[in-house]
Amino acid sequence: MKKVSQIQTLIIDGKEVGGKSDESILQVAKENDIFIPTLCYLEGLSDYGGCRMCIVEVKGMPRLVPACTTLIREGMEVTTNSEKIHNYRLSILALLFTERNHICSACVSNGHCELQTLALKLGLTHVEFPYIFPKMPVDATHDRFIADHNRCVLCGRCVRACHEVEGAHTKDIMGRGITSRVITDLKESWGSSKTCTSCGKCVHVCPTGALTEKGKSVAEMEKRRQFLPYLKLMRERR
Amino acid sequence: MSKEIKQTSLKEDRRLRMVDRTMRIYGNEPHALIETLHAVQESYGFIDTDLMQYVAEKLGVPLSKVYGVATFYHFFTLKPQGEHTCVVCTGTACYISGAKAIMDDFAKKYDLLPGETTKDNKLSLLTARCLGACGLAPAIVFDGVVAGKQTPETVSNTIERWFKNEL
Repeated sequence: MKKVSQIQTLIIDGKEVGGKSDESILQVAKENDIFIPTLCYLEGLSDYGGCRMCIVEVKGMPRLVPACTTLIREGMEVTTNSEKIHNYRLSILALLFTERNHICSACVSNGHCELQTLALKLGLTHVEFPYIFPKMPVDATHDRFIADHNRCVLCGRCVRACHEVEGAHTKDIMGRGITSRVITDLKESWGSSKTCTSCGKCVHVCPTGALTEKGKSVAEMEKRRQFLPYLKLMRERR
Repeated sequence: MSKEIKQTSLKEDRRLRMVDRTMRIYGNEPHALIETLHAVQESYGFIDTDLMQYVAEKLGVPLSKVYGVATFYHFFTLKPQGEHTCVVCTGTACYISGAKAIMDDFAKKYDLLPGETTKDNKLSLLTARCLGACGLAPAIVFDGVVAGKQTPETVSNTIERWFKNEL
């Protein structure tokens, strides 16, 4: 039997809104055209709560909570933007930029990059932290795709798409902290992977130019991911 | 070496029986992954890619997940260890109490970076993120024995005694 979800009412940014009890703050905000910045969230994939861009204030809670993994409750009062939240978001973005080598002018995803768009939207004008400039490898062994770890933000979208939608789980994240990296199988080259189906879902869910199609020049890589919610629905119904 | 020969030599391996036993206890279920990697680490001393492949196949866990878990936990090592191992705790308390100076000393005296083993295979340096012994900061595990309030001097004393076979 299907679980019946209750309708709950809450206030987001002073606006009275309603949603089902199994919906997250982010989902309800989206339904009501209230903008909350996100990076690791993608409709059609499970909620990850890794990037912390969607942090919001909830009245009565001592800490900021991620909107994507916090379910709504009756009578909740949510603030999606304030100076405090804005500053936290800017710091998170700035740290993402320092961690790898994000050089937009030489990137295939220039102009179509979610990290770049977020930085523009939130008004990140400069980065106060020193850049790390790590030496990261580029894996171009696959026939059709390239994995450039210099541009990866470890959002885990490719891992989730590969596991949840394609069902191959070719990609995962190894290590911890600053040494984390997206890997293919046993940290093998992508081209020799026996589990990869070359479906390209990971490429199209990637928010930056970390996973791209071969043969694209600067600013030519546009991602298509309209298939994802549809695909998820169809697979759930099987 | 062909894959087949490698497989049979794996099967005859007594150490492998310990690994198989662990998997069997947990019904060869995917959730036995960490426990199984523990068994591999303890019976082989390290986890190589052949064994990861073996475990992944037996438990029905994706290869990338096995690699991810094996590299996430500091307890697991992917390379064989030297005769002696030093685990330096680099958790917050130990770090600010001088773990950094001890690590620098390792680099200077023995040309060792975390995760490496000396060329003569005598000494391995590993790091851990908090041993849960913050009161003993900086703490170091010498061949499985925790020692607290260490300095670069006390560490090199212990190591020199190892090298002279006094310990």
